[in-house]
Amino acid sequence: MNANRNADNRRVLFRLLAVAGLMFGFGYAMVPMYQKFCEITGINNLLNPDDALRNTQVDTSRKVTVEFDANLHGLPWSFKPGQTSVSVHPGELVHVVYRVSNTRNHPVTGQAIPSYGPQLAAAHFKKLECFCFARQTLGPGESREMPVVFSIDPALPKEVNTITLSYTFFEVAGAVAEPAPQQRRPGA
Amino acid sequence: MEATHAHGAGHAHGDGHSHHPKGVMRWITTTNHKDIGTMYLWFSFAMFMVGGAMALIIRAELFQPGLQYVEPEFFNQMITLHGLIMVFGAIMPAFVGFANWMIPMMIGAPDMAFARMNNWSFWLLPPAGILLTASMFVPGGAAGTGWTLYPPLSIQMGIGMDMAIFAVHILGMSSIMGSINIVTTILNLRAPGMPLMRMPMFCWTWLITGFLLIAVMPVLAGAVTMILTDRHFGTSFFSAAGGGDPVLFQHIFWFFGHPEVYIIALPAFGVVSHVIPAFARKPIFGYTSMVYAIASIALISFIVWAHHMYVVGMPVAGQLYFMYATILIAVPTGVKVFNWVATMWRGSMTFETPMLFALGFLFLFTIGGFTGLVLSNTAIDVQLQDTYYVVAHFHYVMVAGALFSAFAAVYYWLPKWTGHMYDETLGQWHFWLSIISFNIAFFPQHFLGLAGMPRRIPDYALQFVDFNQVSTIGAFGFGLSQLLFLYVVLKAIRGGVKAAAKPWEGATGLEWTVPSPAPYHTFEEPPVLTEAKGHA
Repeated sequence: MNANRNADNRRVLFRLLAVAGLMFGFGYAMVPMYQKFCEITGINNLLNPDDALRNTQVDTSRKVTVEFDANLHGLPWSFKPGQTSVSVHPGELVHVVYRVSNTRNHPVTGQAIPSYGPQLAAAHFKKLECFCFARQTLGPGESREMPVVFSIDPALPKEVNTITLSYTFFEVAGAVAEPAPQQRRPGA
Repeated sequence: MEATHAHGAGHAHGDGHSHHPKGVMRWITTTNHKDIGTMYLWFSFAMFMVGGAMALIIRAELFQPGLQYVEPEFFNQMITLHGLIMVFGAIMPAFVGFANWMIPMMIGAPDMAFARMNNWSFWLLPPAGILLTASMFVPGGAAGTGWTLYPPLSIQMGIGMDMAIFAVHILGMSSIMGSINIVTTILNLRAPGMPLMRMPMFCWTWLITGFLLIAVMPVLAGAVTMILTDRHFGTSFFSAAGGGDPVLFQHIFWFFGHPEVYIIALPAFGVVSHVIPAFARKPIFGYTSMVYAIASIALISFIVWAHHMYVVGMPVAGQLYFMYATILIAVPTGVKVFNWVATMWRGSMTFETPMLFALGFLFLFTIGGFTGLVLSNTAIDVQLQDTYYVVAHFHYVMVAGALFSAFAAVYYWLPKWTGHMYDETLGQWHFWLSIISFNIAFFPQHFLGLAGMPRRIPDYALQFVDFNQVSTIGAFGFGLSQLLFLYVVLKAIRGGVKAAAKPWEGATGLEWTVPSPAPYHTFEEPPVLTEAKGHA
């Protein structure tokens, strides 16, 4: 009776422990699930090009001012837009550049994250090419001109006359030495 | 349920008593469910005092606009520690303590299923409590993120954050072990003749709470582990710099956090489902519907988490889904409230302290439930997110819900634990002081929130002064009333009118068949249940 009961208890114990272990894994499984969900639904689509506007006439009846802003978050770089603002027609394909240079004598990797003001402009701002779609690694003292190609959806609400596109470059921690390993791995 | 013979007491004193270590070693090495239950309850009361003192620092600072007593950083640390300590240190251990004390006696078991693990799950708590409180004194201070530990702030803070993370890990382990123990005890150790659908309601609520804890505490452990590796090991789950997403943390956290609300509330429901029938002298109305209501609340709690994050930039379809799913919870909760009221209908009611606290629970928890319904509406929540309306809402649910129910439980079972009746007059004073000062403290916060006062900010605009002063006065009254509670409990431990085995006329259940105080060992032979005629 007692031995039976102990065996029963142990069986329940192991099952419940297995549930706890599985749920710990589930917490981690939520990471790829979340990414997949965002990818499918198109939420939080920061690192992929937007679909090009199709069958769109350039709306020459109005002009929108696009202002450019550049910020650094803990990176030893200088980072500036090539132009402070441009005036564009909605639907027009626009090409601008940002200039970035590494002021240190070792390679540094960064990732740019865009944001928009006003926020509702984000849905109408279509980037076809952007340096923010990938990590950027700059060698020691390297300077670079980086392109952004975009167009503005003519469906942009009429009251929006100015859009600010702001990038913030974040240092990718631990990636500083990343480009090197293939060539020279110490002791290999 | 009626046991044919209350012999649990008879031979209980016989063996296993003499060779117990004495003094402090008795408590460190004990595997007795009653000892461990007692330790859980005292630990939770100590943490309740610590967390309460922090709340009073917060309210003192908010008595006037501008900065008076503390720096904003310290204010944020108080907010964080108050939340973490009250949730994980005070409320949860209190109900685990009730479960330890009462569940074996309710189901006629000699002890918990894993007595040694029980000891371990308690002794994990003090280190966690010390880690949390001591983190105030390390460089940079304690975590100042709020109890939700949202990144990016939680990725940036100092060593106090690491201590909070480890404390959460330890508390999580303790809860998981405690729950496994309780679930196994309920599933395997019931007295012969007690099917699941006839067991006392407190056991049902704990069975389901146990499953909830086992399912969601590991998810929280995973979430804080991800923060830890983001902080120190170069991963970027949440750090935007490496392509992570802070919003992902909110999803994982609230996948834990919403069931956590019911982990706190369900055992409270269980206590109330014992106290109201006992003092209305009627069996609980709608036992089966109560069980199904608990189970459906638990299931729905897994699919509503994002109603805590309507403003993160969720698509409208998502907001609508989470809104309707959340509103759905009102249905089983309404069933429970209806059943409690129907239990009292035409009952022979008396209003001793446990009943007063149970009625206070019923009244205030329903108010908290209604403000919850208001907040579940996306369109309204966008206005009220992070305002004092939310603070008022969850204090009505947590304090007036869980804490009042815990007070009801202490007064209801105190004669069984100590063998003495508590001082009824002082108990009723404790109730009236608590419920009045609680409402003075928290009701005005609804108005502050509706007027737009943000939470977690030590300063506020001038128009909020009056209500904040009222609220602070109420909070100090509420805090001081709890010293009276301590006095009443100590007085009952030290002496008083001898309690009968069943001091409450309308109480039912096996725990009332053993003498008061309950002997150290009970039900070493399972009781024989003649006819399972009623549920507790």
